[in-house]
Parts: sequence; structure tokens; C-alpha cells
Amino acid sequence: MSDHNTQHSHEEHEHHEGGFFSKYVFSMDHKMIARQFLITGIIMGTIGMLMSIIFRMQLAYPDMKMPFLEGIIGHWGKDGKLDPNFYLALITIHGTIMVFYVLTAGLSGTFSNLLIPLQVGARDMASPFMNMLSYWFFFLSSVVLLLSLFVDGGPASAGWTVYPPLSALPQAIPGSGTGMTMWLIAMVLFIASALLGGINYIATVLNMRTKGMKMTRLPLTIWAFLVTAILGLLSFPVLLGGSLLLIFDRSFGTSFYMSEIVAEFAGGIERTGGSPILFQHLFWFLGHPEVYIILLPALGITSEVIATNSRKPIFGYRAMIASILAIGILSFIVWGHHMFITGMNPFLGSVFMLGTLIIAVPSAVKTFNYLATLWQGDLKLTPAMMFAIGLVSFFITGGLTGIYLGNAALDINLHDTYFVVAHFHLVMGSAAIFGMMSGIYHWYPKLFGRMMNETAGHIHFWLTIISAYCVFFPMHFMGLAGVPRRYYANTAYDQFNVFVDMNQFITIAAILGALAQLIFLVNFFYSIFKGKRSPQNPWNSNTLEWTAPVEHLHGNWPGEIPHVYRWAYDYSKPGAQEDFIPQNVPDAGQTDPNEEATGLPATH
Amino acid sequence: MATNTLSTEKKFTWGGGKSPFNVSYGKLMMWIFLLSDAFTFSSLLIAYGFIRYSFQSPIPNTIVKPLSEVGHNFVEQMNEAGLFLQDHWPSPELVFNHFPFIHGIHLPLFFVSLMTFILIFSSVTMVLAVEAGHRMAKNEVAKYMLLTIIGGAMFLGCQAWEWTTFIGEGARLYGNPYGPRSFAALFFIVTGFHGFHVFSGVMLNVIIYINVLNGTYEKRGHYEMVEKVGLYWHFVDLVWVFVFTFFYLI
Repeated sequence: MSDHNTQHSHEEHEHHEGGFFSKYVFSMDHKMIARQFLITGIIMGTIGMLMSIIFRMQLAYPDMKMPFLEGIIGHWGKDGKLDPNFYLALITIHGTIMVFYVLTAGLSGTFSNLLIPLQVGARDMASPFMNMLSYWFFFLSSVVLLLSLFVDGGPASAGWTVYPPLSALPQAIPGSGTGMTMWLIAMVLFIASALLGGINYIATVLNMRTKGMKMTRLPLTIWAFLVTAILGLLSFPVLLGGSLLLIFDRSFGTSFYMSEIVAEFAGGIERTGGSPILFQHLFWFLGHPEVYIILLPALGITSEVIATNSRKPIFGYRAMIASILAIGILSFIVWGHHMFITGMNPFLGSVFMLGTLIIAVPSAVKTFNYLATLWQGDLKLTPAMMFAIGLVSFFITGGLTGIYLGNAALDINLHDTYFVVAHFHLVMGSAAIFGMMSGIYHWYPKLFGRMMNETAGHIHFWLTIISAYCVFFPMHFMGLAGVPRRYYANTAYDQFNVFVDMNQFITIAAILGALAQLIFLVNFFYSIFKGKRSPQNPWNSNTLEWTAPVEHLHGNWPGEIPHVYRWAYDYSKPGAQEDFIPQNVPDAGQTDPNEEATGLPATH
Repeated sequence: MATNTLSTEKKFTWGGGKSPFNVSYGKLMMWIFLLSDAFTFSSLLIAYGFIRYSFQSPIPNTIVKPLSEVGHNFVEQMNEAGLFLQDHWPSPELVFNHFPFIHGIHLPLFFVSLMTFILIFSSVTMVLAVEAGHRMAKNEVAKYMLLTIIGGAMFLGCQAWEWTTFIGEGARLYGNPYGPRSFAALFFIVTGFHGFHVFSGVMLNVIIYINVLNGTYEKRGHYEMVEKVGLYWHFVDLVWVFVFTFFYLI
């Protein structure tokens, strides 16, 4: 069987040294694909963030005329007033971009691609060609989504969850026309990309580990990426099925999501027999695992960064793996908590509620393990470490409100209010962005061979965490008072007028937060060309990627792939000379990598 | 390039010892893909179940017996007899009762049974092709691959005939003469999606067949590609068993 492997990888790796196109554009090297994912993700993230600034301005100053809007968004901002239809389009595309393009593809696309081969000790992904396809499907999908901003009627406006009938009837609202069709095409391309990537990640982790790299010696990043890929692989196809039915409902006259409620608006042919709730089930069967597809890579990165920068072994390695697996399994059976108000049988609701609240257990295991790892550690407060600690903070703050929202009775009151907006922006949005930032600062030397500026990193961190809390924390109170999300303006309701000041505060904080990202962008792009050259192992880390040379080689290691003799977390081992022992260093007298290494390295 | 090849050969040998599932990564990837594809089909079948069970069960047929002679206006007769109603799911045996070249005789599910038999038989020939591949018997692999391709093509032909008949009776994506308008739409979506998979499978089989004839795998020293398309083909077959059960039998 190993003959086959030799032959396959040998065939696939043959033609690689080439010109500009094969090196930078249609590259099959996982490190280059990781950079492509990251830079595309950053561009998409910037666009998504600018959209949020535009609709935040509208919420803070609903009556003010902002003539510059016409310069940015053309006829959608006629006379300096944001068009209500375009407001809906902005929140929809902001959500879509952030959830799928930044925090799914940008986060796990970047770091799974970069770290899986390097940390498990493989020359490249199982199929480098499929890996390249995965990026280009993602790229096409991004282009289609961005082009939909320019079509007649504007882009999709039904919210990022695209519930029918707004998404199923092309005549429902302006954004239900061509824009919605393009949203669905973009999503089908995105799913193709996610599946191609996911199949590769799983096969690489399971089948291409170096000698001695047992599953129980994998860094927690890899465990997180593996479970993430499995979640994506099993949940995205369901969205594919759901989207397929939606496309038929929109364009071919079927009525899978059409019931008597919408029939009279459909015009022409009578459209009954289906149910809009069916779409919600199919959507949230993806939608809830999607939350963990976003969060788990960030948690994996955090585990790695916190252990390295605390100079301590991660607390409860096996408990961490178990909690990742538990979160992964539970995420598939709790989608109904997004649908408590759909007229669900209260008994069924209580089953979904129970499952949801049980997720608090593995989440708490992870949180306490992070805190226990930090406890009495020799903390190196690099920007990556700061962002990782920031993630733990958001994970706690946002996670606590999840316990409220998971409660079927409370959710009926809180559903579709700003409480929900606050909850998921903290626990999934900010936490995952912080995990991504942490990963970027930590693995930047691996990605580009240079270091980012630390001072700028610290300023970026403090401004971002303060503004993020200032933006999302007050939203809890607005939500408890009943302010609904997705409304263009709340001025028509007396009871919400008291929140005008708070909205202005949030918007100013959001603008500040956006400006802070400018520091990051400058630091990021400046350092690619002018940053300080990185040493091979800048953070004194144990994992295999730091045993590879700084210059990117095709095949990662110049000679043989290093063998692995120990787990990834031998930091500050009593009696050892250094405070870290890389995974490829054998024990004194250890010859077989598969032996259990617990002692000190041979060099001692 | 020759020296480069030599140097990379050693460099790219996987040094990971025994792989966990003792399969090559290519086969593992096919398994993982099939798992994810199973979820796509499940989502469609669950949508089918969700919609079907929002209607009442089919009315038991006590009027027409198998092999009995019926007129050409069978659907209208059933409508008049009250067996096709708007709030009842139609009984599949009253809908799929046609057979090529035999007109006016009630043959419930005869044709779809034949289709199922053809597809399952093509799975058998696929197994034989894989087995011959293990023995490196090139001519036998080619023979059984060809039989598999013929089986797949026959199945697709049968499906085309069934769709044509169905459409000829007035079934459309937006309505049909049998009752709930979702019935035909779901039929077209689910069997269409499955047919698309069979079509892709036949195309893959043709590519592999040509490679077998050209001796590509003989030179490579193994017929693993035949095994990989074999996995896909069996999966498509297995999915049909579910489609057949849910659409035609219950």
C-alpha cells in the first residue's frame, strides 16, 4: 500500500517549479494557498466591516443627511439618506461575508492549509490539486457575491439566513430578484470549496502524519481543524440540498417552501403544499454546526498560543480533545434552538433546550483549561497572546448569554432582538476574529518569513477589545428592552427612543474599532515586505512547523520529515535545559518514535 | 526533470508508518466524499418526508388489480374513483404502472423493479471488475467495466422513459394530475439528483474503462482507480435503494 502512496504523491508533486502563475496564482503549495485564503479573507473582512459602519451610521443618526453616502453607494444613498432596502441588503451581505467568507474560509481556510501539513509532518495536502480548486471556488464565490452588489434591485436582502418567502419569491422585495439568485450561486460555489477543502483536511490529518505522530500527540490546533472539517463536511451538504430546493422554488415554479400563507402573494400559479419551516430546519442543520466551524479553529489556535506563551503544558490535553469532540457532536442536535418561535411543539423545544444547555459543559471545560494553563505561567504577552486571552474573555461574556438564549421560554421574548445580536457578535464574531488575529500574529513568521511590529500589535489589540466591548455590550440592554434587530430605524417607536444616545455611542465605538483595524492592515501589508526577518523558531515553540526552514520550500522540509517523539506541550519541563522540548527531539535512549516519551531529551 | 524526479521520489515518500485505516489517502477521500454526499441525499429525502407527511396517507386501492386491463384514461378514472385527492398523497403503485410497449394494462411498479434490478446487476459487474483488478487481469477488468457502463446507461435510458411517460400524463414541477403538487416536484428533484449521480458515474466509468484499455493501470501496477469508482458506483446504487423504498414502496 505504501507503494501507492509513493507513486501518487510523487506524481502530484512533479511539476512545480514554474513561472509567476504557477507560483503565485494557480499554486498547489499549501503555504501559498493559505496566504491566498488569508489575503482574500482580509479583503472580504474589510468590505464587510465598512458595510457595518454604513448601517451603524444610519442607526445612530436616522434623521441626519450624510451627503458623502451618495459618493460611496450611489443612488442607494440619494440626498444623503440611506435607502431602507439597501439597509437590509447591507446587513444581509455583512452577515454573509463575515460568517462564510471571513470566519469560515478566511479562518479555517488559512490556518488549516498552513498548519495541517506542517504540524502533522506532511509534504503537502493529500491532494494539492483539489486544494487549489478549493481556493479558486472560494475566489469565484467571493466575486459572484461582490458582483451581486451591482445588480438591479441590489443584493440579497432577506438576512444572512435567507428565509423564504423573502428569498423564494423573486417579487417579494427588491433584493429578492437577481441579487438573491447570485447569493445562491455564490453559496453553491462556496459549498463546493468547503467540501473540497474539508475532504483534503480530514484525509491529510488521518493518513499523512509523520512517524510517531499519534492522534494523541497532535497539537490541539490540528484536533480543532479536524473536527471543524468533519462538521463542514456533514453540514454543508444539507445547505446544498436546501439551496437546491430554494433555487427550484425561485426559478422553476415548485412549492417546497410555499404554503397557503404566501400563496396569495405568489401571483399567477397557485403555490401551496410546502412549508417555509422546512427551509429553516435545513438551514439551521448547517447553521448551528457552522457556529462551531467558525469557533473551533479559533479555540484550537488559542490552545496553542496560550500554552506556548505561558511556557506551560496545556492543562487537560485529553479533556480538551474530548470537549472538542463533544462540542462537535452536540452541535448537530441543537439546531432547533434557532426555531423556538416557529410554533415548535414545546416538548421538542425542551429537548433542543436540554442539548443546547449541555454544550455549556464542554465549553466550560475549555474555558477553565485555558485559565488553568495561564495560571502561574511565565506569560509572554505577545500580541498573539493578548488576542488569545481576548478570545477567552469574549468566549465567557458571550457564552453566558447563550445560556439565556438557549432557554426556550426566555428565547420567545429575546428572539430577534439586539440581545441575540450582542450574543453572537461576542461569542462567535469577536471571539473568532480574535482567534484569527491571534493566529495571524503568531504564525505570521511562518506565513511570510518576517515579524509583525509588536507595538502596533498591542495598540491594535487594546483599541479593538475596548471598542468591541463598547459596541456589543450595550446591545444586551437594548435587546432586553425589546429593540428588534434588522430595523432600519427605531425612531417611530416611543419606547425605543431612549436608546438613541446608546446607538450613537455604539456607532462611535464601531468607527473607532474600524480605525483600529487600519493599524492592523498597515502593519500586515508593510511587514510582508519590510518586516524584521524572522528566526526559525521565534516563539520557542514545540510544534513541527518551526522545525521547517523560514524560506518556503516545496515539500516543507529539505531532508527527511522529522519524526515525532513526544506530545506538543513539553514546556518548562523540570530538569530540562531549555524551557521547551520540540516534538522531534527524542528522549535519552528512545529510538522508536512510537514509544511513549516522558523523560528528558537526549541532549541533556 | 529526470534528476528532479529522482530527488523528489525519496523526498515525498510518506514516512508516517502504518496508516490508521490501512487505506490509501485517495480511497479515504472517496469514502469521506461519499459520507458528505450521503448527507446531501438525506437532506432531500428528509425534505420529501417532511412534505409527504404533511399530507394524509394514500387511499387504499381496492379497485384495480395488478395485470387487469385498464383504459388509456387511467388517471381520470382514478380521479373519478376518488383515489387521487388534493390532500392525500397518491399511491405510487397507481402512478407508476406503465411498461414500455404494453399499453392499457395495470402493471404496478413492474418497470421500476426492472430498473432497480438493472442497477443492482451493474453493481455486481462492478464488484467483478474490482476483483479482476486485484488479480491484474486486464481483459476481465475491461469486460466487466464495459458491462457496468452498459448497465448504467440502460438505467439512465429507463429513467428517461419513465420521466417522459410521467410528463406525458401531465406531471410538472408546479403540478400534476395525481393530487398534491409537491408530489411530481419531489419526484423530479430526487430522482433527477440521483440520475445526475448515475450520469456522472457512467462518465467516470467510461474514463476508467479507456484507461484500462490503454493499460494505464497495468503500467501503474494496481487497479486502485477501479476500486475508487467502484465505491462511488455502489454508493449510487445504495442511494437508489433508499429512493426506491421511499418513493415507490411506502
